[in-house]
Amino acid sequence: MKLTVWTYEGPPHVGAMRVATAMKGLHYVLHAPQGDTYADLLFTMIERRNHRPPVTYTTFQARDLGSDTAQLFQDACRDAYERFQPEAIIVGASCTAELIQDDPGGLSELMGLPVPVIPLELPSYQRKENFGADETFLQIVRRLTKPAERTERVSCNILGPTALGFRHRDDITELTALLYDIGVDVNVVAPMDATPTDITRLGAAHFNVLLYPETAESAARWLQRECDQPYTKTVPIGVGATRDFIEEVATITGLPCRADESRLRLPWYAQSVDSTYLTGKRVFIFGDATHVRAAARIARDEMGFEVAGLGCYNREFAKGIRSLAREFGVDALITDDYLEVEQAIEALQPEMILGTQMERHIGKRLGIPCAVISAPVHVQDFPARYSPQVGFEGANVIFDTWVHPLVMGLEEHLLHMFRDDFEFHDAAGPSHHGGHAPANSETAPPAHSEPARAAPSGPAEIIWLAAAERELKKIPFFVRGKARRNTETFAQSRDLQEISVDTLYEAKAHYAR
Amino acid sequence: MTAPAPLSGGGCRTAPVLKERGQREVFCGLTGIIWLHRKMQDAFFLVVGSRTCAHLLQSAAGVMIFAEPRFATAILEEGDLAGLNDAHDELDREVARLLARRPDIRQLFLVGSCPSEVIKLDLSRAAERLTEAYAPKVRVLNYSGSGIETTFTQGEDACLASMVPVLPATDRRELMVVGALPDVVEDQMLGLLAEMGIENVRCLPARSITSDVAVGPNTVFALNQPFLGDTCGALERRGARHIPAPFPFGEAGTTAWLRAIADEFGVSDAAFAAATDAPRARAARAIAQASENLKGKSVFFFPDSQLEIPLARFLTRECGMTAIEVGSPFIHDAIVGPDLELMEAGPVISEGQDVDLQLDRARAARPDLTVCGLGLANPLEAEGLTTKWAIELVFTPVHFYEQAGDLAGLFSRPLRRKGLISGLSPRLEAAE
Repeated sequence: MKLTVWTYEGPPHVGAMRVATAMKGLHYVLHAPQGDTYADLLFTMIERRNHRPPVTYTTFQARDLGSDTAQLFQDACRDAYERFQPEAIIVGASCTAELIQDDPGGLSELMGLPVPVIPLELPSYQRKENFGADETFLQIVRRLTKPAERTERVSCNILGPTALGFRHRDDITELTALLYDIGVDVNVVAPMDATPTDITRLGAAHFNVLLYPETAESAARWLQRECDQPYTKTVPIGVGATRDFIEEVATITGLPCRADESRLRLPWYAQSVDSTYLTGKRVFIFGDATHVRAAARIARDEMGFEVAGLGCYNREFAKGIRSLAREFGVDALITDDYLEVEQAIEALQPEMILGTQMERHIGKRLGIPCAVISAPVHVQDFPARYSPQVGFEGANVIFDTWVHPLVMGLEEHLLHMFRDDFEFHDAAGPSHHGGHAPANSETAPPAHSEPARAAPSGPAEIIWLAAAERELKKIPFFVRGKARRNTETFAQSRDLQEISVDTLYEAKAHYAR
Repeated sequence: MTAPAPLSGGGCRTAPVLKERGQREVFCGLTGIIWLHRKMQDAFFLVVGSRTCAHLLQSAAGVMIFAEPRFATAILEEGDLAGLNDAHDELDREVARLLARRPDIRQLFLVGSCPSEVIKLDLSRAAERLTEAYAPKVRVLNYSGSGIETTFTQGEDACLASMVPVLPATDRRELMVVGALPDVVEDQMLGLLAEMGIENVRCLPARSITSDVAVGPNTVFALNQPFLGDTCGALERRGARHIPAPFPFGEAGTTAWLRAIADEFGVSDAAFAAATDAPRARAARAIAQASENLKGKSVFFFPDSQLEIPLARFLTRECGMTAIEVGSPFIHDAIVGPDLELMEAGPVISEGQDVDLQLDRARAARPDLTVCGLGLANPLEAEGLTTKWAIELVFTPVHFYEQAGDLAGLFSRPLRRKGLISGLSPRLEAAE
């Protein structure tokens, strides 16, 4: 038993729903009690989809348990086929149905439906949402993909985009354009927008682009083995990664692969002087492994940030993230417990968080700006505008998204100039947030400021003398937390019990960079 | 003035009920935790379930409440199911940890889920054992919010019913009002009753465990929510008597509800009028204003919270709408009968659900307004129907006079909005 408050991933059948909902002409018959239908709203509300997910729930109740839930399943399966006339059906059980062991796969096989019926085995008490999506997609591919003659022109499949994914909709558009630009056709995008018939044609591509390893790595490996299709290892998020990706495609295809970079703005924006203030900003990165890997590289090599810590919630990718962390000289945080993530962030006091919707909430609580880089995300992270993450336009979008929560360079300059102005008080927060964003530590809960005051592990609490405390208040709010932390660390390292104004400036000189 | 008179012929109460069974597009009873934990601020709700339960709780609220919520899920793992671990030991360990971390918790609810019910994990035994261990500081109760037994608001019913057996006994002649209301609305209600001279009103659930709610043969109780059938039965078993009434939605509903209580306590017409005339007039004015674009429009209710019948009564009697179908997960005649009697016969009254068949009926009827769950709202909007998502009716203060206008507004806003943006797209049909 494990106590859980908020979860990064749903159960594995939600992963299967992400695949089914992304596809067309596929139907999912899910053996599940009433209530499991809540999952529909993830798609219709959070992602604003205008269709119900193609899922039929058998909706068994307690009184059915003694009688025939198997019959209920077969009826639901037959009704679903007759009503929706799908090209293929996937069948499976949610956590409760798994316990009653009705074997949806076997039951549906006996029914002799005239379309392929693909059984899913998704162990609800061991695995989670991403596994569910990956496994579902693998089973669909295994069952439907046939060996096929390669297309005449060089082509690839794009594997991985699902419903509820972070910017998957726009990533497909951007990546398809990029591939076209370098001379590669897209044969099939899957699961998103693919029909079961499209899946049968996967084998015609020359290679696969594995866009999101979380949801498609198993399928990519299977296709490599069975259809002799190599797949790309670099996920083209960020300038460097996109260039590496293009190189990888060139190696696979033997094409020259020259991309048009004329619309790429991130390098110049990062170089322009307003961005100087970004230098060495300490960021904490957390999310799914793919987006964390991409974000870490962008943060350090393209934005000039300092990566203060990183981690991922999907344990399947822990090994890769651990070695990434070593490369960045930090410890990897591999956990799906948001309280642990909150603790890590509280201890590190980064200047910005790059995370999921959970980290955005943590950031709100701790008064630390946050930009969202990975699922799970909420309704505002499915924007109306085009906003991909991959490719060169993706890099532009990322620059804007990451800079937005911060006080901008010119604004920082003005803050220094006007900091004693009565209209320009700390609590105003960044002006582009309408002056309503709580930026002052006074609005943050005490949980935030308390540990910062007591030295974390020192033998005795370090006391701030009144004059030093007053001096600290004169420091602009957006660097005050860092100043407080640095000063305390400095005092602790010198075995000081008290912090005076001198200590404050000694520390400032010590940490100057 | 008197409460509205029932229609001749029993209104909808004598109409045949269309009973359906099939796929249900509803939440399970765990969802009630979202508002119950806000109401009882010294209570913690520990769901013993699966990752799905935890995921439901964070998804159903629409947003996550990050001020360290007073609910959590103890997720059953492979070892718990395979009998490798003693689930009761595991539960004791998690509870010990939880109570150590949260010394402010005085009531702990162990909430059963589909998986815990299927593996027959006996949470009542666990609750007894834990009560012994933590008494008198913490009281531990259990109920089931599982989807195989409860639909959405039935979770609150199960929770309140679990509290009834442990209420102290009393012989006092007292009124108990049952059902969780937002504090501000509860205070309005208590104010109205006090003005009529009805004092010492007890509320279930109380805001904290220290309040002296008791029950006995001289207790009379009124329900302010229609989904409290089990709680009603549990109170009757303790000797209390139910005051049947229409539910306090809108001006007429609130008046009828208060009138039933006033009659029970022998409140004079003058005292009743003195307490209610002003807020009644205010409510009537607010409804008239907010329901202007509801008049003559048709409404179709998908089953969701069991509030459907009282709300359909409000919309048809007080806002000038016609009902096409009023679907409810369950219909307790003893509880919603008074509301059914106030509704003109005509609409289909349906109980249970086969969602695909019901969608067919809604598409054929093309109602002006469809009240449905979050899973259906956007898809129906995309088909050109105008919808009101039902969960808001449970999360928003809508009871009694001062909220009557807001309640009408919840229904009229989608229609008004559709009218405002009708020029945008040929696929969006104008409300008019």
